[in-house]
Amino acid sequence: MGSLGLREIWRFAWRGISSNRMRSSLTILGVLIGVSSVIILTAVGNGSAAAVRQQIEKLGTNSITVMGTGGGGGGFSRTRSSTAKGLTIADTTALNNKDNAPHIKQAAPILNATMTCTYGNISATPGSAKGTWPSYFEAANSPVDKGGYWTNDDVAQKRGVAVIGTTLAKNLFDTDSPIDKVIRCAGQSVTVVGVMKSKGTTGFQDSDDVIIMPITFVQRAIAGYGNISQIQVESIDAKSTQLAMDEVTAIMNSQHKIKSTATADYRVLNQSTILQSSTDSSKTLTVLLAAIAAISLLVGGIGITNIMLVSVTERTREIGILKAIGAPKAAILTQFLIEAMMLSLLGGISGVLLGLGISHFSILGVVPVVSLSSVLTAFIVSALVGLVFGGWPANRAASLRPIEALRYE
Amino acid sequence: MTTSVVKVNDLSKTYGAGETAVYALKKINLEIQQGDFVAIMGASGSGKSTLMNILGCLDAPTAGNYWIRNLDVADLDEEQLAVVRSQLIGFVFQSFNLIPRTSALRNVELPMAYQGVSRAERRRRAAEALTAVGLADRMEHQPHELSGGQQQRVAIARALVTEPAMVLADEPTGALDTASTHEILELLHELNRKGTTVVVITHEEEVARAARRVIRLRDGEIIEDRTWAA
Repeated sequence: MGSLGLREIWRFAWRGISSNRMRSSLTILGVLIGVSSVIILTAVGNGSAAAVRQQIEKLGTNSITVMGTGGGGGGFSRTRSSTAKGLTIADTTALNNKDNAPHIKQAAPILNATMTCTYGNISATPGSAKGTWPSYFEAANSPVDKGGYWTNDDVAQKRGVAVIGTTLAKNLFDTDSPIDKVIRCAGQSVTVVGVMKSKGTTGFQDSDDVIIMPITFVQRAIAGYGNISQIQVESIDAKSTQLAMDEVTAIMNSQHKIKSTATADYRVLNQSTILQSSTDSSKTLTVLLAAIAAISLLVGGIGITNIMLVSVTERTREIGILKAIGAPKAAILTQFLIEAMMLSLLGGISGVLLGLGISHFSILGVVPVVSLSSVLTAFIVSALVGLVFGGWPANRAASLRPIEALRYE
Repeated sequence: MTTSVVKVNDLSKTYGAGETAVYALKKINLEIQQGDFVAIMGASGSGKSTLMNILGCLDAPTAGNYWIRNLDVADLDEEQLAVVRSQLIGFVFQSFNLIPRTSALRNVELPMAYQGVSRAERRRRAAEALTAVGLADRMEHQPHELSGGQQQRVAIARALVTEPAMVLADEPTGALDTASTHEILELLHELNRKGTTVVVITHEEEVARAARRVIRLRDGEIIEDRTWAA
């Protein structure tokens, strides 16, 4: 073939595109929409998946929750069936035995209560009021941001001290510092010693609308709580969470004399297992969005085929002239392929730019996370779209018999 | 045979088949020598356009043989035919057939692009050819900015720039006024004097008079083949 005069071929392809700007722009627009929607929609999918992942990380992948199921009402149940043993401080102590549970770092009992707290004439009912041990803060991955923690001594002395979440802090104190303020909860005086770092919202539950107090104080303040609601367990590291869960099950079975899992009166949960399902559903969302975007890219490709067929028909006579003056088939084929690829690449490049631009904004509450792979895929696919969808019309042009092409009016 | 550019043996072309078959060419025999100036004449439907298309390797005969410069065209595949058209034949059409929105210079450069001639060389030779047809001052003009006669001169420059074995002109003056017709005929004559074989297809006697040899076709057969002394 030698030199086909590639510059001439490029010039011809450009002439084809520029000779009908409106038509070319609309075709480019089709590819642009396809490419940018691939980028934006996968970014939205990725963004919502990333949001879920962050949530999991905040809640802590090494935290494990043991819940009593004896009363059939879960750990939050007030009334427990007499046959169920329920969770006890003794269970917690057993879980803290390093000999039986090498992968458990610590376990803290939790007593859930409902109480109303007042400060001056402001009153608020936190979504969650817990009595526990100081080790809870680490086990539940709930560090204090301002102020400090209450101590084991406070537990022993049943003191009215509390660490509160940011939502409750705002509700009671607005912008004032809550530290060392005395509030009244369930009729008792409680001193706020710390405010926890914000965790955000999980589903319907505001993780920051909480108050955490010594378990002994809650037991004393609110009568009728013999057993505890939950045990918060922390594994030694994220890798050991599953092993720690197995140890929890073994210890609880032995504590509660349970022979099979079917008769278990407790449940062992890991935050990440709870949220795994929502990660899966956001993956499904990403795939679904990508599929929709791929369809629009396909439609853009069909637009190219369409316009290239028109272009070939319009220039049939020109093809005849080129063939008469000695253009080989390959030159005509290349010319029309380059024309199609120029259309699709122009669409691809502008689509990438538009996609990246729009992905800077939050869409339907999701902050899009652009993945390099989606950008590359969209771009490469757009180039291929030109090749594949332009290939047929280009081949048609190249295969025209010169005599027929010349006669074409 | 050594000096013949074109040799045609029992060449036939049939369109359709059976009872509806149309015989455009019936066993034509013809030989054209290097450096000749031939006019192929005939009324419309005489088969002269069909002959021109076959001689230009744009169409294939139904039967018979065609040698161009001792190459049997029947043996050539499509790629090789493109090479033959590019290197051995220069076309001039009735409707000029320049590439629109492309300067005269680039139009003339185009056939050389397919031969792999370097860009600078193409430039030089195209400018030379345009100067030879008297369009040195119109090189950057686009076809729509040129008159019919000027466009045809660009087409002639394009045809001769590759130094082909023959220039095939199909009714080259058919779309031109009298003055332009004279110019074009004079140009073809000039071209022939420099040694290029010229084959003109025409139905105009005036054009035929410019040629050294006149071949008349009627109903697909040669009815007259006359050569004037040089």
